[in-house]
Amino acid sequence: MNVRAQISMVFHLDKCIGCHTCSIACKNIWTDRKGAEYMWWNNVETKPGTGYPTKWEDQNVYNGGWRKDGDDIELRGAGKLRGLVNIFHNPHLPVIDDYYEPFTYKYLDLIESPAMDDQPTARPVSLITGKPINIKMGPNWDDDLSGTPDYARKDPNLEVLSEAEREAMFQLEKLAFFYLPRICNHCLNPACVASCPSGAIYKRGEDGIVLINQKVCRAWRMCVTACPYKKSYYNWGTGKSEKCILCYPRLESGYAPACMHSCVGRIRYLGVMLYDADRIHDTACSDEKDLVDSQLDVILNPYDEEVQRAAAANGIANSTLKAAQNSPVYKFVKEWGMALPLHPEFRTLPMLFYVPPLLPVMAKLSTVNNDEQAKKMDERAKHWPDNWLYDTSTEELWGTIEQSRMPLKYMANLFSAGDEGKIVNVMKKLLAIRMHRRRVTVGDVDAQKADIMLKEAGLDSLTADEIYYLTSLAKFDDRFVIPASHREQAIEMLEFTGDVKGSTGFGFMEKPERGL
Amino acid sequence: MEKINILLFIVLPYLSLLVFFFGSIYRYRKYKYEYSSLSSQFLEQKSLFWGSVPFHVGIVLIFLGHLFIVLFPKEVLAWNSNLIRLLTLEIGALILGLSSLFGLTVLLIRRLTNARLRAVTSPMDYIVEFLIFAQIILGIYIAYGYRWGSSWFASVLSPYIISLFTFRPDIQAVSQMPWVIQFHIIGAYLIVLIVPFSRLVHFLVPPIHYIWRPYQQVIWNWGRKKAKSKDEIWTVTRPFNN
Repeated sequence: MNVRAQISMVFHLDKCIGCHTCSIACKNIWTDRKGAEYMWWNNVETKPGTGYPTKWEDQNVYNGGWRKDGDDIELRGAGKLRGLVNIFHNPHLPVIDDYYEPFTYKYLDLIESPAMDDQPTARPVSLITGKPINIKMGPNWDDDLSGTPDYARKDPNLEVLSEAEREAMFQLEKLAFFYLPRICNHCLNPACVASCPSGAIYKRGEDGIVLINQKVCRAWRMCVTACPYKKSYYNWGTGKSEKCILCYPRLESGYAPACMHSCVGRIRYLGVMLYDADRIHDTACSDEKDLVDSQLDVILNPYDEEVQRAAAANGIANSTLKAAQNSPVYKFVKEWGMALPLHPEFRTLPMLFYVPPLLPVMAKLSTVNNDEQAKKMDERAKHWPDNWLYDTSTEELWGTIEQSRMPLKYMANLFSAGDEGKIVNVMKKLLAIRMHRRRVTVGDVDAQKADIMLKEAGLDSLTADEIYYLTSLAKFDDRFVIPASHREQAIEMLEFTGDVKGSTGFGFMEKPERGL
Repeated sequence: MEKINILLFIVLPYLSLLVFFFGSIYRYRKYKYEYSSLSSQFLEQKSLFWGSVPFHVGIVLIFLGHLFIVLFPKEVLAWNSNLIRLLTLEIGALILGLSSLFGLTVLLIRRLTNARLRAVTSPMDYIVEFLIFAQIILGIYIAYGYRWGSSWFASVLSPYIISLFTFRPDIQAVSQMPWVIQFHIIGAYLIVLIVPFSRLVHFLVPPIHYIWRPYQQVIWNWGRKKAKSKDEIWTVTRPFNN
């Protein structure tokens, strides 16, 4: 057993309101620079939708991640042979047009233009060339536009659905969508690290953060191809790749990362998990149907005495072990089994977990006769001759999950490599907790019914209350359990963090400018 | 005339090598962030394929060929004693030269016509492209007009270059050369001279070690085991990533 610690995260999608505060917090700190304008280390996508960069999930296009090769795994679009052969021209590299050309507006024209017959306008100009452009694409172009044919219908996850299922999803009255915030997953088996010819990318042993050494990166561009989540970005200005650094300067000083700290919906949880590094490779090689389970198996129980001994032998501090025991992430992922990794089939063992959203399944449309109601309306009032009702009653215990407006198959394609059972398990828990809490607070739910639901979901009322607390009432310190970084032992961390203010946060004083 | 020859074929090469050697090391240590191939594929990738691949394949093999003849002149002469083998070598080299010429032309046109690329082009990039372009044109002209280059290079120029490196410079032969060949030699020195000041540094850091390193890299910023152990002395080392 080779115990290591990993700072891991849970995103509770039911709570995400799609406000993009996280993206802005991140951009203001890290990527508001030349060459990085187009980068969104944190972005929020509308699902179903094509995402950013366009259709990033379609690995037939981008060739990211690992694929199974006999008993072993290999990188799809990079690797030792493929990477070195393609070093002069990488055929699988996404280019700026797959993201969008960054732009600004000539605001000064509004003020400085001479007196004319017409109002002056602020024309959009490219941030690369400085010339006027026609904006074709921007960050979150598909935000909330789930139903339009250009975006939602091109979602790669819909390929497993039948034509009829797809059509049903996009009927205007039944349309449902949710938000998917994404940052770097700080994977256990990162494809970007494996693909870097220079060896510039590495995973930190202490906390599992994956970083690109900016001084070793030589712009061979393989990490951009290899990352299946497209969370490694090429800075066209400086000629270096950059990615989410999980705000390590903040983490080391005990603050939550900017995206998590600023989260309005409080959907994010961060904490330490211990994992067995010896089993990473075997796990990444397991069959697709076992991927989620074996990934969860790699995560160790911090209360297990054997694990504690092995952790101590590996130099893991007691404070980190304590943080692992209090970790909200461990609770969501392992104890309660409510959070799943995003696209586990990419085999990078992502360490960022999502609680799938329940919201769209709760209500369904039923046909009713509204004629009597219509007669009562004032004749001047505008009304539609609808004969359906937005029905939120739950006569059957699990009926609404099976008839979910967001097809389970779609969710399974996102979070469990196609295994609908895992999604149903989580949804049952979410729904059972909701029923249980309604019994407690409103009291109009039959007590026996709520108990049956809890039991079938594998919960008891105590656990349900605990989950409810962490979901809805949790305070800052419950959501973010950050271990001490032990600056007294870490030379890197002894440096004055204020030195880095105003620079790019990569921890060195050289101006990050393009070389000659 | 002799003074000019000394300047061009003794002073210039030593100056170039000194600047190249110390300049590259200084830049690597002091401005490591600037060591990059500065790939522009992200901004334009269609014509890059037709430029970058033929150019790099051609220029790298031609460079290695020149190096090989300098180091092993006797072996090359022995190989060239057979006409078929000589022709194979010469025609092969000419094709590589033409391939790099084609590639560089595509790259040059691409850089001049694409607005996005002009935004990331420095004056040094133009100097580099012009120098290499001129060097390739001269090289192809020499290969065509002064046959057979691989043979006389091995017998006349290899001793000159080796004499430079053994600090007994002998410019007798090189000062008798036709001016085209002399220009080609001077061009080579100029390219070596500007390496530390240009993006050419990327050829000094090819990712060879990727072949044998393990795929995954985990780096500990500090040795926790060491810090906790009573027996070991905790030494202060600057971390790798800073």
